Order: sequence, then C-alpha cells, then structure tokens
Amino acid sequence: MAEEVIMPGWKRWLEDIGDQVGFFFKFLKNIFVGGFEWSEFVRQCYEIGYRSMMLVGITSFIMGIVLILQLRPTLVSFGAASMLPRTLSVSFIREIGPVVIALICAGKIASSIGAELGSMKVTEQLDAMEVSGANPLQYLVVTRILATTFMVPLLSVIGDAIGLFGGFLALNIRDSISFSLYFTKVIGALDFTDFLPAFVKTIFFGFAIGFVGCYKGFHSNKGTESVGIAANSAVVTASLWIFVIDAIAVQITSLLFYK
Amino acid sequence: MAEAQVNVEPRNIRKDKDEVVISIKGVKKSFGTKQVLKNINLKLKRGENVVVLGRSGTGKSVAILCIVGLLKPDDGSLKVFGDEVAEMSDSELKQLRIKIGFLFQSGALYDSMTVRENLEFPLTRVLKIPDHAEIDRRVEEALESVGLLEAIDKLPSDLSGGMRKRAGLARTIIVNPEIILYDEPTTGLDPITSREISELILTIQKKNKTSSIIITHDMECARITADRIVVMDDGEFIAEGSFDDLHKSNNKIVASFFKDIS
Ligand SMILES: Nc1ncnc2c1ncn2[C@@H]1O[C@H](COP(=O)(O)OP(=O)(O)OP(=O)(O)O)[C@@H](O)[C@H]1O
Ligand SMILES: [Mg+2]
Repeated sequence: MAEEVIMPGWKRWLEDIGDQVGFFFKFLKNIFVGGFEWSEFVRQCYEIGYRSMMLVGITSFIMGIVLILQLRPTLVSFGAASMLPRTLSVSFIREIGPVVIALICAGKIASSIGAELGSMKVTEQLDAMEVSGANPLQYLVVTRILATTFMVPLLSVIGDAIGLFGGFLALNIRDSISFSLYFTKVIGALDFTDFLPAFVKTIFFGFAIGFVGCYKGFHSNKGTESVGIAANSAVVTASLWIFVIDAIAVQITSLLFYK
Repeated sequence: MAEAQVNVEPRNIRKDKDEVVISIKGVKKSFGTKQVLKNINLKLKRGENVVVLGRSGTGKSVAILCIVGLLKPDDGSLKVFGDEVAEMSDSELKQLRIKIGFLFQSGALYDSMTVRENLEFPLTRVLKIPDHAEIDRRVEEALESVGLLEAIDKLPSDLSGGMRKRAGLARTIIVNPEIILYDEPTTGLDPITSREISELILTIQKKNKTSSIIITHDMECARITADRIVVMDDGEFIAEGSFDDLHKSNNKIVASFFKDIS
C-alpha cells in the first residue's frame, strides 16, 4: 500500500515515528484478540533459539576468554589477581554479556524477520492474508515479537553462563583455580542488583529486536530491492535501540540501586 | 455438504437475480501525481461474471484492490452488498473480506507453508472449522478441481509458475466466497490448462451462484466465462457489452483485443 509521495526528510522521519507508535498499539491490541497462535509462537521460539544458539555460545565463550586475558595484566600489577573472577562476572553479567548478545541477535534475528516479512510484503502474501479475512498482525507479528521478547533473555542467560565458563578456562592458562572455587567467587561477587536489572534489560532488547524486525518488514516498499533494505535497516535500527535502551537502563539502575 | 459450523451464510437466501452486489460510481485513485483510475463505474449483479479487458498498466489490479479495501479510492462511491467500503470499521471489513475471494495476479502463496497448509489457512484461521476430516476433505476437493492433488505436500518454491497460480486459485475458492475477484487467472498457463481453469470458473459460478470480476488478457477465457465484458483503458471503462457485441465494435482499442478471433 506504499503510496509514493515526495516529502522533506524530517517530515518523513516524524511520520515514521508516528507509524511505529501506531504499529506498537496494533501489536498490543492484537495480543489480546481471541485465538492466540500458540503453534506459530512455539515454532518461532524454536527457530529463533535454534538459529542463534551456536553463534551466541561461541561469541560469549570467546568474550569470556578475551576479557580475562585483557584484565589479567592490569589486575596483576595491582596485586589483585584474585579479583579476576569477580571483575569478570560483574562486567560480564551487568553489561558486556547482555549488550553483545543482543547485538548478535539483532544481526541474526532482526534481519531475518525483516527479510522474511519484507519478502512476504513484496510478493503480496501479507495482502493475501489480510484479504482472506485472516489477521497477519496476529499470526505473524504478535508471535514473532513475543518470541524474541521471550528468547533473547533466555539466550542471554545461557550466553552469560558460557562466557563465565570461558573465563574459567582462560584463568587456568596461567593460574590454576578449581572450578568450585571459581564458581563460588563468581557467584559470590554477584547479587540481585547485578543480575535483575541486566535481565530486565534483555527483555527490552528482545522486544526491540522483534518489534523493529517486524516493523521494517511490514512497512517495506514493494519491489525486490526493498527486501534487502528492510533487512538492513532492521539490523541498524535494532542495534541503535539496544544502545539507547542500555543508556536508559543504566540511569534507572543507578538511581535505584547504586547510591 | 455438512457446513453447519461454517459462518458463511447459505447464498440462496436472496437469490434475486437483479440484486447488485458491487456498485462502483465515479471512483478515482491517484498515486502521487499519477492518476491511475480516472472515473470507474460498474455494477456487478448476483451470479454474474464480468470480464475486464485492458492493456497492461491501465489500473485493473488497482480497481479490484479498492473493492476489498486494500487501497482507498480518492473519490467516488464503492459499495459492496450495499455498504460503502471506505466507511467500514475493521471488523466490518473483515466480515466483508470473508465473503470475497481474491486471486492475486502473482498467486501470493504463503511460501513458508506447503500447498496443504496454504489451503488450510483460511479454513482454520478464518472459517475456524474444528473438524480435521472436513478440512482434509475440502482441501483435497479444491486441489482436485484445479488438478493439483499430487502437489499437496510440496512447498510453493517447488512448484512451477502455473502450478502456483492454480494453488492460489484453489486457496481462493476453498472458502466458497460469494464474490470472487480473479486477477488474470489463466496468465502463464498452457492453452489446455487455461481452458480447464476457465471452465472451472464457469462451474463455480453456476454451482455457487458466485458473482465474479475476472481480469484477463486471454480471449478464450473471456469467451467462456463472461456474461458481460467491460474494456478498460487509461483509468476508465470505455466499452461494455457481451462478447459478441464487442466483437463487432469499431472502437480501435476494443477491436485490438478481438483481432485474432475469427
Ligand atoms: N501501490 C502502488 N503505488 C504506486 N503506484 C502504483 C501502485 N499500484 C499500482 N500502481 C501504478 O498504477 C498503475 C496501474 O497498475 P495496475 O497494477 O492496476 O495495472 P494493471 O492494469 O493491473 O496491469 P497488468 O495487466 O500488467 O497487471 C501502474 O502504472 C502502476 O505503476
Ligand atoms: Mg494487474
């Protein structure tokens, strides 16, 4: 339904924001209309989890190793090598894990949702669904957004665990530390105010990834090149959102917890 | 047919032959500065097949997209079953769309689903038929009628262009709509299959008292299916009549469509 009208940039930008807000309310409304698409939701969760698991695992593992190797010289020079597990767990759980994993998911998931829905738009499948009296928002959008909102936090938790395990292996290159000691130190360094805000943040990251992917796909233009544009701008916008959410989250957490 | 659970009402309640199901008056539509529909007027009666002929790019597809509310006309009145489409609420529009079948020019199959799942989609999501046996029966029946039963478990990407078209047609007719809008149902098919599809369109019309608008370039299809033909050019209908009336027309554009027919 793209009607090509030439408009100044800022006006189009404002209109885009307006469309996104409208899309958000349509999404909310369609969660609660009758007949939730459970099977499609489960299928999406599986696809999203399965498609990203490997990538998230490998990157987190490497991140854990690299962080230990990078931190070690500095901490050793302060005579604080025993602080390594603690430093790693706090930085990984609070910030690096959630953000890096969310960025990876933005690249993997937001782009594939954007491309999938974009190509459905181009080939008139979205129109066909709407014209048949079915509800593409309910079937395609609600399921995908809820699936990413649910799966990205889960992937983050798994990624965090793998990252910390990577750190343990890296520590054992130079020092030798038993797993149980490492585990006690890592867990001991963390409390509720480290874990909870980070976890809540990943829920928002997951939502942003699904929402941006769906929005870009749904609102792509007709024409095959729009599929690429939809996928690409989904990744860029979702990544940007992740940093914006992260910046807001750190403000809120420091107001609430770290005085 | 055990159709108790289907919420499409039996269509013989008002079998009034002269009832107008679609009424289009002075519809205009522009994209940017380009005026695609200039002045469209059409009345479609119950049980009638109207064929629309017209050169590529004259706005035929745009016109039928307006009927189902996928595009909004800029001006004019467009009523289906007596109600103005532009003034309908979302739920009214949905109810209307259930009664209208739409065959997209491209077929528009859902490409993540097999042919069977494509056909099941409107049955489970729109008509909400709970009975699996009933669904299977209707899917097989619809595929049988377009000669595609052997492709039931294939994905659209494994089908040829013509097969996709036929699968799209099967998905359109499976819900027994009261009105069917066909956008080039036989384009890209061989002459034999084209003829079978044209005859299928005729059969559906006779069996279900369906009213249809059929956009086509295929004169054989027009001859078989049309009760009435309108010719569209440059955003307007320029001629109207039966196949034989138009065959005798002196208008250059109309005559160009009939030039190969003896
Ligand atoms: N969504 C749209 N945005 C902008 N222009 C459009 C849109 N849809 C159609 N048009 C323009 O409207 C004109 C008519 O298009 P339409 O698809 O109705 O042609 P058609 O008569 O169906 O032709 P064909 O026989 O080739 O299918 C074309 O010039 C097309 O570029
Ligand atoms: Mg067309």
